[in-house]
Amino acid sequence: MARFRTWVGIALAGALSLSLAGCSSTGGKRAEDARKAAAAQGRSAVNTPRWTFAMITHSGDGDTFWDIVQSGAEQAAVKDNINFLYSHDDEAQQQAQLVDAAVDKKVDGIIVTLAKPDAMKAAVARAEKAGIPVITVNSGSEESKAFGALTHIGQDETIAGEAVGEELNKRGRKNALCVLHEQGNVGHEQRCDGVEKSFHGKLRKLYVNGTNMPDVQSAIEAKLQADKSLDAVVTLGAPYADTAVKAKSDAGSKAEIDTFDLNAQVAAELKNGTLGFAVDQQPYLQGYQAVDLLWLYKYNGDVLGGGKPVLTGPQIITKDQASALAEYTERGTR
Amino acid sequence: MSVTTDERSPGGRSPGALPDKKSDERILQTSPLRRLLARPELGSVVGAIAVFVFFAVVADGFLHPASLATVLYASSVIGIMAVPVALLMIGGEFDLSSGVLVTSSALISSMFSYQMTANTWVGAGVSLLFTLAIGAFNGFMLTRTKLPSFIITLGTFLMLNGMNLGFTKLIDGTVSTKTIGDMEGFPSAHAVFASTLTIGGVGFKVTILWWLGLVALASWILLRTRVGNWIFAVGGNQDAARAVGVPVAKTKIGLYMAVAFGAWISGQHLLFSFDAVQSGEGVGNDMIYIIAAVIGGCLITGGYGSAIGSAVGALIFGMTSKGIVFAEWNPDWFKFFLGAMLLLATLLNTWVRKRAEAAK
Repeated sequence: MARFRTWVGIALAGALSLSLAGCSSTGGKRAEDARKAAAAQGRSAVNTPRWTFAMITHSGDGDTFWDIVQSGAEQAAVKDNINFLYSHDDEAQQQAQLVDAAVDKKVDGIIVTLAKPDAMKAAVARAEKAGIPVITVNSGSEESKAFGALTHIGQDETIAGEAVGEELNKRGRKNALCVLHEQGNVGHEQRCDGVEKSFHGKLRKLYVNGTNMPDVQSAIEAKLQADKSLDAVVTLGAPYADTAVKAKSDAGSKAEIDTFDLNAQVAAELKNGTLGFAVDQQPYLQGYQAVDLLWLYKYNGDVLGGGKPVLTGPQIITKDQASALAEYTERGTR
Repeated sequence: MSVTTDERSPGGRSPGALPDKKSDERILQTSPLRRLLARPELGSVVGAIAVFVFFAVVADGFLHPASLATVLYASSVIGIMAVPVALLMIGGEFDLSSGVLVTSSALISSMFSYQMTANTWVGAGVSLLFTLAIGAFNGFMLTRTKLPSFIITLGTFLMLNGMNLGFTKLIDGTVSTKTIGDMEGFPSAHAVFASTLTIGGVGFKVTILWWLGLVALASWILLRTRVGNWIFAVGGNQDAARAVGVPVAKTKIGLYMAVAFGAWISGQHLLFSFDAVQSGEGVGNDMIYIIAAVIGGCLITGGYGSAIGSAVGALIFGMTSKGIVFAEWNPDWFKFFLGAMLLLATLLNTWVRKRAEAAK
């Protein structure tokens, strides 16, 4: 037994020294910390009372896009001396209940997404009745005003789709595939329809199960194998762009992969030419502005947008701009 | 008609009418406390009180009447489905299609009303028939093929999910249904399925009433009727039940239709409170109903459980999901809590039941 312990001790000591000797001089946590130090440092810049704002989105669990929105909102909250609460649910009914809970808490402001506007109507009305200012973000530009929200901050999905269609025309594409990873999402449908509207070539839709990546890959692969004339694949979320790239190489296709939204990987792949272009709606700005505008409203009665949505996109990002954005995507703010 | 199941005789009910003879040593005299300990839902009630006290302490504003109304509403939405799902589990079967069936029910109702320009009650009626038919299909397939219900309902779940998306797109051309808020019959249907009752300045959703009604009805069926005995019998030991003349197939088909009925109520609530339905929703909720039933003391193996327990399970679920919001915690941890709660509640149930059985 004693001997066994000695051996274990030796093994542990060996492992420890190996791990110390085997430090990576690139990447990893240390590089991340260095990047974080370069990002905005959190300290309140105002002396207004500590208001509480709640943000309720239709995000599923562990969504990269919403992570960026949240970090933007949190930055602004720190600056504006706001107690910021974030909650989310991808089921409309649950999301409405979360808004109800925020109203029950008597928060000072609510930020909400209207991906499922009909379901949110009553909950938003209840907030207005309780005298809580509401700002809508990301989805619901058409309903925002009718529901009585101060402002809507986001991207018009149809306009964004049209921008993609025009970019595809510019690149001389003829036969494109639009990959929808969330069946039942109205915004996604609008994106693909927008592409179809301005695109001169042929566009087909492909529905995939976004929660199952291998499934997404094999579906795109099958489509590319079945139709050799496809020369563009448009994905609707950054994580899916990389999957489409893998599918393309496995299928031996020549199609260009383009995507909505950004993340670190997409920025890197834009830089090295694996991806054609990305259309960004600046999620960081959506979170940041929503909190900031609520603060402005509480502090000064200011409302931005003049009754029209405040657009945060679309911004077409190609190889040329990607290198400048890389460091921002790395630290998770773009 | 006295049906003997196995040793785990259903919650506190002596099977059949026994002659009241004090001298008969076969009849065990149990104290009220013993009887209480033998109730399937006891463990979950203890758990619910613990969760309530916990959030009352840590969550600011949890005890506001409006907050409690929100918690009750959240619980009722789960509870309405957890009741028939609990009955089904007592009957020894699963239903994995119950979550999407709620969405299907809402979609059928909405699209029929809209496309036919019919009174919304007509759509609701058609939807009820369709939903019950799907329930009957589940039960029929199960009893005919002798395949495990897990497999059968998994198939139904996938088919329904696909049909929800496919038909909605085909008929409406989009992924969510058209609004029916301006159609005839909507106001009255809204009143029945989705209205808010203001009591003392606090708005309570009508689903809470539906929920309590269903719990009462199911408890009565389980504890006071012959059908209740059949349910316990088929879940406890199917072959023995059949041998003593219990209509096993009928009971199981009936149970699946009961789940379908619950799904219809939930679906109509979804539709008439939001007047449009997203076609992709409901996936995964079936598990939540099952969890609520299990937290409430239902055994996965069947033959044991109660309707009240399922309500308590749903209440624990509602309190946890909204309590985390009121406590201003990071919602990322919600599922972790839920899992921990499930394990604890089930362990507590098992422990209590063992104690109760040892005491017999």
